[in-house]
Amino acid sequence: MEEIIQHLTPLFKEISGYIYPNEIELHWSLLVVIYPYLTGLVAGAFILASLVKVFNVTALKPVYRISLLTALAFMLVAPLSLLAHLGHPEKSYEILLTPNLTSAMAMFGFVYMWYLMAVLLQEIWFDYRKDLILWAQKERGIKKWLYKCASLFSKDISEKALKFDDKAEKVITILGIPSAFVLHGYVGFIFGSVKANPFWSSVLMPIVFLFSAIVSGIALVLLIYMVVTPLRNKVMDTKCLDTLASFLFYAMIVDFSLEILDFIHRIYESEESIHILSELVAGKLQFSLIVVQLIIGMIIPLALIAGVKMFNTPVELKRLLYFVSALLVQVGIFFTRWNVVIGGQLFSKSFRGLTAYKMNILGIEGLLVSIAILLLPFLILYVLFKFLPPWGETHVTTQPESS
Amino acid sequence: MKKNLPNKSQNVNRRKFIKNLVLAVTAFSVPAVLTAKEQLKRMQSWILGKDYNPFDHYWGMGIDINKCIGCGRCADACKQENDVPSEPFFFRTWVERYRIFHDGEVRVDSPNGAVDGFKKQNIEKGKVTIRSFFVPKICNHCDNPPCVQVCPVGATFITPDGVVLVDSDYCIGCRYCIQACPYGARYIDPIKKTAEKCTFCYHRVVQGLVPACVEVCPTQARVFGEVKKKASPLVRFMRMNKIGVLKPALNTEPKVYYANLDMEVN
Repeated sequence: MEEIIQHLTPLFKEISGYIYPNEIELHWSLLVVIYPYLTGLVAGAFILASLVKVFNVTALKPVYRISLLTALAFMLVAPLSLLAHLGHPEKSYEILLTPNLTSAMAMFGFVYMWYLMAVLLQEIWFDYRKDLILWAQKERGIKKWLYKCASLFSKDISEKALKFDDKAEKVITILGIPSAFVLHGYVGFIFGSVKANPFWSSVLMPIVFLFSAIVSGIALVLLIYMVVTPLRNKVMDTKCLDTLASFLFYAMIVDFSLEILDFIHRIYESEESIHILSELVAGKLQFSLIVVQLIIGMIIPLALIAGVKMFNTPVELKRLLYFVSALLVQVGIFFTRWNVVIGGQLFSKSFRGLTAYKMNILGIEGLLVSIAILLLPFLILYVLFKFLPPWGETHVTTQPESS
Repeated sequence: MKKNLPNKSQNVNRRKFIKNLVLAVTAFSVPAVLTAKEQLKRMQSWILGKDYNPFDHYWGMGIDINKCIGCGRCADACKQENDVPSEPFFFRTWVERYRIFHDGEVRVDSPNGAVDGFKKQNIEKGKVTIRSFFVPKICNHCDNPPCVQVCPVGATFITPDGVVLVDSDYCIGCRYCIQACPYGARYIDPIKKTAEKCTFCYHRVVQGLVPACVEVCPTQARVFGEVKKKASPLVRFMRMNKIGVLKPALNTEPKVYYANLDMEVN
């Protein structure tokens, strides 16, 4: 109680205009920013992987397994941010046991479980099955048993069995693409379907979420690949990098167009809420939306990648520009989520005033916990990389080790 | 072939048996399902007390803006009656003051939800007030409540007598209902960490009393009663006044009806 009073009282000074008295407390905080950011990365990384399996983009083979494991690592952490945010996390299982079927949020457990169990884990298992069996034969002690368990004690690596693996993987990926769309599009729907909030309420919201997810997922895999490969003393596959950057570029173009469409549509329709939303965007969101999301996170990286594509850039410079672009895109997408979640709560539903958000440093909803939740997937990814090395034979063919 | 014959007739027998079984179970359970609904109704009435049957009522509130003097007794009474934290961040009902000036400016305020009433404020020289009034606000107990729609566990629900309530034993504190409410009528209880809102003083209503805010209003600006029954003060209120509801475009179908509602109120 004391904490809340201490937290809320100074906010009085930051309010402009009139807000409903219950609106001083901002309800969805930093943790709820992180959740769509994480699921976006999952969906994006998976869709990148599906480019290899379904659309046969062979240039991306070196990052196929990396993107699958990235998706898994972030998927495992994503619900933590939601759980930490609940008033009663110990009752969260009620969402699964007695879901209210009219609630978009009640579908969370099912969408999440479906994606994790039916799509991601199965795809990874089929892809790794042969390797798991081989590793189990090679290793000793605990590791041998771990691999044996992970392969679910299957032993068949005949050509027929491997063919089946490949087929199964393809089917799961085809199933996985709409599932990944649902996973993140549904998060967009949670916001887009709130008719009380004109900043959120938009049919475009799930689609904008989806494309920004693809953008962030590709950029993340690009970053991981560019960091991990030199650490392993290997040479990066330039063709793979080029293809990644190209897909990043295309996805960003679509994402950018959708966001601009949303913007123009709002201004042109000029509904009741336009005054307060203009005040919000020109004021409290000016830095995070216009400077960070739009200029730093979108226009600059677009220009950098376009520059690389247009001019004959030396390889080293090209890599640097890709790396910088992907990094800026990450920052941009994080602030895209910030602007939707926090921005959408900074104005009063009376449309007469703006509220304020003060971030906690300590406490479960604070900055430190959020940073921990953002770092945790990388720790999991490290373990996954150790246990399930994603650099298969595909890599051997492309690295000129002798140079 | 011959060997198969007895098997076949056995199959037929089994099929017949299963068919009969299904029919019998259905026949026995249909009346059970039908009466279960009736039973549920009876149970609900029994829980609420012998004299109260929620299916016999449908509650709503009328608020006459012209009668409200902004004393804030309602907001104060509500906090006391319902153990609402006294801090100025948690309200089940509050009163807003609107001042509309000749130059088009609209000033709205509600200091501490008007629990302590309003203080006179001096207006700059040359500014001319053209309209000024008070608007009591409360949960609208919508017929099409977005908060009930979005609650992931069904902790918030609409009763047979039309009141929107929260089961705090069930509420997981996700705050989606607060985001979905267009009227800012909900808050998170700082101790229970669950969603809270106006209950129309349900504990009073089932005993035949009116909500605390209605009880204490010195000018009878608030009217509580049945929406559908002819002999209700609310029905009379709705016949005698021109009625408006808040944010009608959102199709929430509020059951708090305002008389003399100004276009600036939202």
